[in-house]
Amino acid sequence: MNKTANHGLFIDFGSTFTKLIWIDLDAERIISRTQSPSTVDTDIMVGLNTALDQISALQGQALTFRHKLACSSAAGGLRMVTIGLVPELTVEAGKRAALGAGAKVVGVYSYQLTKKELQELENIAPDIILLAGGTDGGDRLTILKNATSLSHCNLHCPIVVAGNKVASDDIQDILDSGNKEYVITDNVLPEIGVLQVDKVRSIIREVFINRIIESKGLKNAEQFVDGILMPTPTAVLTAAKLLSQGTEKEEGLGELVILDIGGATTDIHSIGWGEPTESGVVQKGLPEPFVKRTVEGDLGMRYNASSILHAVGEDHFRREMGNSNLNVEKEVGQLSHFTDRLPESSTAWRLDAELARTAARLAMQRHAGTIEPTYGPQGQILIQYGKDLTAIRTVIGTGGPLVFSPAPKKILEAVLFSETNPFSLKPKRPDFYLDKAYLLYAIGLMSEIEPEKALRVAKKHLTKI
Amino acid sequence: MEQKTVILGVLGVDAHVVGNKIMEYALQKEGFKVVNLGVFVTQEEFIKAAIETNADAILVGTLCGHGELDCKGFRDSCIEAGKGDIHLVVGGNLVVGKQDWEEVEQKFKQMAFNRVYPPGISPKVVAEDLKLDLGIKDHE
Repeated sequence: MNKTANHGLFIDFGSTFTKLIWIDLDAERIISRTQSPSTVDTDIMVGLNTALDQISALQGQALTFRHKLACSSAAGGLRMVTIGLVPELTVEAGKRAALGAGAKVVGVYSYQLTKKELQELENIAPDIILLAGGTDGGDRLTILKNATSLSHCNLHCPIVVAGNKVASDDIQDILDSGNKEYVITDNVLPEIGVLQVDKVRSIIREVFINRIIESKGLKNAEQFVDGILMPTPTAVLTAAKLLSQGTEKEEGLGELVILDIGGATTDIHSIGWGEPTESGVVQKGLPEPFVKRTVEGDLGMRYNASSILHAVGEDHFRREMGNSNLNVEKEVGQLSHFTDRLPESSTAWRLDAELARTAARLAMQRHAGTIEPTYGPQGQILIQYGKDLTAIRTVIGTGGPLVFSPAPKKILEAVLFSETNPFSLKPKRPDFYLDKAYLLYAIGLMSEIEPEKALRVAKKHLTKI
Repeated sequence: MEQKTVILGVLGVDAHVVGNKIMEYALQKEGFKVVNLGVFVTQEEFIKAAIETNADAILVGTLCGHGELDCKGFRDSCIEAGKGDIHLVVGGNLVVGKQDWEEVEQKFKQMAFNRVYPPGISPKVVAEDLKLDLGIKDHE
């Protein structure tokens, strides 16, 4: 390979594995991919070098890359706590902003923080705190009180302030007096009914690049790569947005949903406004972000397999698996002890498939909007909360349980609309695609330098099933 | 003059949006910051919006005749939410059929609404009363 060849190396420093994808940007194809256990506890470069050796052995040549870009979810990912005033308003807006910034939301607080909550917050020790509260010109008291509490507490993480702008001068004084590191940005909920998360997302990403990478032990890797650009979920979201909207010269796939089933969580990303598809439906609740990510922390195939089981019960599994004597509890209990193990017996495969189906179904149910029929003097009225995804034409599956499954389509079909629950606005007739090469994070990273090429590589390598 | 914030909306299972829009426009013209929650608004939604925006008044519209039932406990909920002293206004077709207005007004006053308006009230009157009640003086 000559030095000027337009090749890119895209790295994901994951919590379990460091993954590499080598892409020829001119030919717009994947040359190779590999992974090796992450070594974030010692030196992140050890795992990366092992993976690099593997990839160069495969290719039988020394490697030079024009681009080396990385994302990371190592060392617990980007752990964020969000604080707001009313649970359904600024608290929810803050949570959506954090999730949309690729964070793992590890704590959510409303109204004025109590001593007990502050102590809890200190124990959680998040990477970033998002402090919201009050619309612009609205309530100041709560956010000022919470800023004061934070300025006295024993936490040194950066605070992103995205609340009532009228309070920002005072907040600045308060946080300065406590020697806290902070950024003041636009309110996540400037007015009731106006969700404004884009600015907060980009600030969180800046803080991630400037501050978090070092504290996560990723500094060494930064000397090797051109940059650790974003948390891994943000890379996937960026890919989702690119795939959906396309670029000026290359058409996208339109509104879409990405289902990512993992060992610890199940994530759903939807790109689209989700406006009502039926006439006469009234939309209510906080406005939905165009790019929406939800994370179900209780629906993981390994670490939380037992909570998937408890959500639907043993009988469901026995019935679906056609085995009335199966000790589901015991089988599932085993899974959380061997988190990186693939199933061996046919029963274990079927159990895995049913866990994945259940996780997919529940995660979609929580992500998709709902219709609540209400009755009044004028007859029945349909009120929609959340996004209507019934008309979505594209659903993309990613994550180990889908990629390694012998029957991924059966798992993906669990996200579909069902006549038994017609008020859950899930996709009705989408095409299914599988991210077999675990490519999406690389597409997100690549879109930062070559969005058109990134889009074409994605279209080429996503498999329609 | 400090701008006063008012929450506006139509309470309950009630889709009458026209008066709501007219009222929003009129109050904005009179210098109020209007947070319009639109139609099908629950008591909780009114109060939560009032907390987040630190509103000075809540203006409840109810057109379908179920006002008496829907408005029950409104003040109590405000008290519970720490907004007990907020200025509460209600107006519209508050009850079904032709009932004596004074009686209707009394009913809602007993529920601790500060102002109660009959159908067809001019938005100008509502705005003038609001200014008076919230201590706003014109052309200061």
